[in-house]
Amino acid sequence: MSTSTAPTLDAVERTRALLVSVDPGRRRIDRIMTVLVYGAFALAMVPLISLLWTVIDSGRVRFTLEFLTSTMRGIYGGIDAGGVYHAMIGTLVITLLAAVISVPVGLLTAIYLVEYGRGPLARAVTFFVDVMTGIPSIVAGLFAFALFTLILGPTGARTGLVGAVALSVLMIPVVVRSCEEMLKLVPNELREASYALGVPKWLTIVRVVLRTSVAGLTTGVLLAVARVIGETAPLVITAGTTDSYNVNPFDGRMMTLPVYIYSQWRQGVVPCREGQADCLADINELRAWAAALLLILIVMGLNLIGRLVTRWFSPKLR
Amino acid sequence: MAQRIDVKDLNIYYGDFLAVQDVSMTIDPKSVTAFIGPSGCGKSTFLRTLNRMHEVIPGARVEGSVELEGVDLYGADVDPVAVRRTVGMVFQRPNPFPTMSIKENVLAGVKLNNRKISKSDADELVERSLRGANLWNEVKDRLEKPGSGLSGGQQQRLCIARAIAVKPQVLLMDEPCSALDPISTLAIEDLIQELKKDYTIVIVTHNMQQAARVSDRTAFFNIAGTGKPGRLIEMNDTATIFSAPGEKATEDYVSGRFG
Repeated sequence: MSTSTAPTLDAVERTRALLVSVDPGRRRIDRIMTVLVYGAFALAMVPLISLLWTVIDSGRVRFTLEFLTSTMRGIYGGIDAGGVYHAMIGTLVITLLAAVISVPVGLLTAIYLVEYGRGPLARAVTFFVDVMTGIPSIVAGLFAFALFTLILGPTGARTGLVGAVALSVLMIPVVVRSCEEMLKLVPNELREASYALGVPKWLTIVRVVLRTSVAGLTTGVLLAVARVIGETAPLVITAGTTDSYNVNPFDGRMMTLPVYIYSQWRQGVVPCREGQADCLADINELRAWAAALLLILIVMGLNLIGRLVTRWFSPKLR
Repeated sequence: MAQRIDVKDLNIYYGDFLAVQDVSMTIDPKSVTAFIGPSGCGKSTFLRTLNRMHEVIPGARVEGSVELEGVDLYGADVDPVAVRRTVGMVFQRPNPFPTMSIKENVLAGVKLNNRKISKSDADELVERSLRGANLWNEVKDRLEKPGSGLSGGQQQRLCIARAIAVKPQVLLMDEPCSALDPISTLAIEDLIQELKKDYTIVIVTHNMQQAARVSDRTAFFNIAGTGKPGRLIEMNDTATIFSAPGEKATEDYVSGRFG
């Protein structure tokens, strides 16, 4: 059906010369950059893999059901017993409490900044959120301790609640920042669509903006939790250390996993008598490694939950 | 229940910037009014003042009055939320709520306002609105599927169904077909002819054939230059605007010599 003739040999040659010309410089740079990118990635993976391997290898020795379900009450020396139950409960309670304090404050701040904030007040809020991001964690711990000492006296300032307040100081700016970014991602068209249906602004925010971004918000909150769950310094000051199980954050000291790891490691090698069968010289280190493994597993579990929540709530296409 | 709109001496500002100057017009009930004009001449801005949607942008304000059947929409005791329930809007790009199914999208005006509706009433409203938007036959078997899975033209008709489900008096359309192919455009234009039996319709369009096809009256907006306010040049019956316009600028624009 085509009336045109086949291309002449000459034209084929000229077109080929045009299309197959190779720029050796570009090829070389392409190879170099490829190697650089993969190399940087491999370099970044080395410490991660090494860390995971070390923690799993050293932690699994004592990572038993008994370890997970017993406390350190009445455990001394090199006795082949003792566990992490009280520290696990403490970490979960304090982190949960910190999240309960930080998420409403942080989310509402983010909503203010994205949906309402104009002018100097919004700029001031943004500035102070940035300042808060840079607060060293030990300072947050001292702040919470001092605050509660003022209110309750020196005896009342060592509870799980004080620890949770210290962690909130660290967590709130992270929640604000990540939620702010997520809320900004919600297209303005959806807000307008809602307004045009005669939906008031506050309902638009609750039912459209928050609903559309809930997956991202969950991720942001979980990142903030992961940021604070491994904090040690502020918790040494505020929640203190204890060998016993305590589930009440409003009364008495509370052990947490990072503090547990730190205090076990600090005790170092146990001086066992020769031939003493029930004495393990490196028991404290093994407990520290096992607790570290548990902490990593908890963070991974949280991330997994975050992924699932994201999958359930994210907008579906078909 | 369509209603007439009287606009008197309307100036629209963004902050200190005068965007649209001195517009007065009357929009008849149960008719289609088209706004045409070059980009940036303020026709969309003006359209959005008819249901106070421009107030979403900080610093936007108006002088003058927009009266719906004699009631000033900018009166002190008028609730902008109620205005938007009465004067619905369809946007340039289809914007169904991505977290909602087709059915939930149609019911969005009811559900987002936390109003209770019985299941039978809801089903009836969904069917009536989707039939009104000529979409029922295409989606009746997949009402629970997400609205964002539809084609662009279907999504726009879904947005129209969503807008008419809140039973407005007036329907504003801001370039509703500019993101659609010719077949979907034809479907929307047919729909506009259906809808004008019940609603007052105002449509902004860049497509002059479309204005000529669907509208009863046409308003031509123009802008003198960058930074100058947009103005209403002339408004008349569509046939007159396209065959014997009163102004030179209008004639140049509709004949394609400019803009």
